[in-house]
Amino acid sequence: MDLAAPINSALKRVPAWPLYPLGAVPVVWILWQGLEGKLGVDPTKAIEHQLGLWGLWLLIAGLAITPLQRFAGIRLLKFRRAIGLLAFFYILAHLLVWLVLDVQIPSLIWADIVKRPYITIGMAAFLLMVPLALTSNNWSLRKLGAARWRRLHKLTYVLAPLAAIHFVMVVKGWQLEPIYYLACVVGLLALRLVPKRLRIFAAPPVRS
Amino acid sequence: MAGRWKNDLNWSDVTPKSAWLNRRQIMAGAGALALGGIAGPALANLGAKPSRYSTVEEPNTLEHITTYNNFYEFGTGKDDPAQNAHRLTTDGWEVEVGGLVDKPGTWTMDDILKGTTLEERIYRLRCVEGWSMIIPWVGFELSDLLNRVGVQSGAKYVAFETALRPDEMTGVSSRVLDWPYVEGLRLDEAMNPLTILATGLYDEPIPNQNGAPIRLVVPWKYGFKSIKSIVRITLTDDEPPTSWNKTQPREYGFYSNVNPSVDHPRWSQATERRIGGGLRARRIPTLMFNGYGAEVAELYDGMDLAKHF
Repeated sequence: MDLAAPINSALKRVPAWPLYPLGAVPVVWILWQGLEGKLGVDPTKAIEHQLGLWGLWLLIAGLAITPLQRFAGIRLLKFRRAIGLLAFFYILAHLLVWLVLDVQIPSLIWADIVKRPYITIGMAAFLLMVPLALTSNNWSLRKLGAARWRRLHKLTYVLAPLAAIHFVMVVKGWQLEPIYYLACVVGLLALRLVPKRLRIFAAPPVRS
Repeated sequence: MAGRWKNDLNWSDVTPKSAWLNRRQIMAGAGALALGGIAGPALANLGAKPSRYSTVEEPNTLEHITTYNNFYEFGTGKDDPAQNAHRLTTDGWEVEVGGLVDKPGTWTMDDILKGTTLEERIYRLRCVEGWSMIIPWVGFELSDLLNRVGVQSGAKYVAFETALRPDEMTGVSSRVLDWPYVEGLRLDEAMNPLTILATGLYDEPIPNQNGAPIRLVVPWKYGFKSIKSIVRITLTDDEPPTSWNKTQPREYGFYSNVNPSVDHPRWSQATERRIGGGLRARRIPTLMFNGYGAEVAELYDGMDLAKHF
């Protein structure tokens, strides 16, 4: 019996659009906590960190969709656009908090982007996300054509490791949490190199 | 500089009395167990004398100081020390003083504090990560202890070591640093009157997450130089290794003086965010030597502080 079948039939009944309002809940919750003084004594850093973390989680979730389909037969493809756009908006919010609440001084912003490798890398990841976010719609898919659109969206394979490296570099010393995320991203990308024959949930062929 | 110092300042002079009393209440009773794992009876006022070296700036609240810490032995999160440091047992704490001294030996906290005059030092604390606080430490000049043990003529540096107790310090299972945490000062820096060994905070015994029962405070250097929970002090003629320098030598030098014109690769040091300002906190310019230049600048005469960072 194919274990993926009941999961897929259940997923078929779930539309993708509720992900957008659901995805907005954490950002509203984080900002509300910050305004209410519930994020500790350094709310700016807490908001900045949590928004960045949500962005990274969503990027990882987006990267997991293809391996889940290839190796487990679970089809989540229709949710990928929503997950990708939410990742972009979380990272945009993370960037805005850094600009407005953390750095604050416009003259320091460009200097930081140029001089701090972790910011250079983070900014590169964000800039690579911009064309992907702008083309995450049916009109762009038609305009670019499927092949060009797919090629453009392979930038995800560059920006996701950059985002994880940004997290590794932002902390003092070699801390485990960001390294786990980087390993997760690298692992999900490596799975794309594995032959398609492998299936975890598929029933073995019946011999007569 | 004259306007910055006041000879008879106590923290009650720069804090509204209602807040002052409220902080005392927070420290008292069961709340203190959560904050620092200190037993109730230990919370006697230390009766520290005011100091001419105190800043007139408003100190941060006890909550700020005790819930936002870097103490990686208890975890890398800012709130990890407050949550985990209660495991540290400080009863019967001993500090081994050795190396190039006339009277090497192991000192109990009672031995160390016997005959010392505790002073309240309201100091700025500047973290290399770009945030700062104002903290009313209670302690005594490190030079007092060094003079008592007798510094030998060959001594040029003072090395410090933090306790290493894997069963109590949950963070040491991670290899973020090469444990135990070690730090060092040049002898003239150690003998400077601004350099203190702190045993208290807000006129109460220092909470575990802030480095109980005894820690170094060097206010003109980045916070990581002010080593916590000290178990060993060694006088030496060689520059001692320091933990962050061992881990990332290109980012952390031996001196680690607060210097707005020498940036850390990860963080600009030109400005800082004062903890406690909430979401509306404005960045403020960082002062050379954290504002203690009048007292310490001559220690570095002729030195290139960009090279000796």
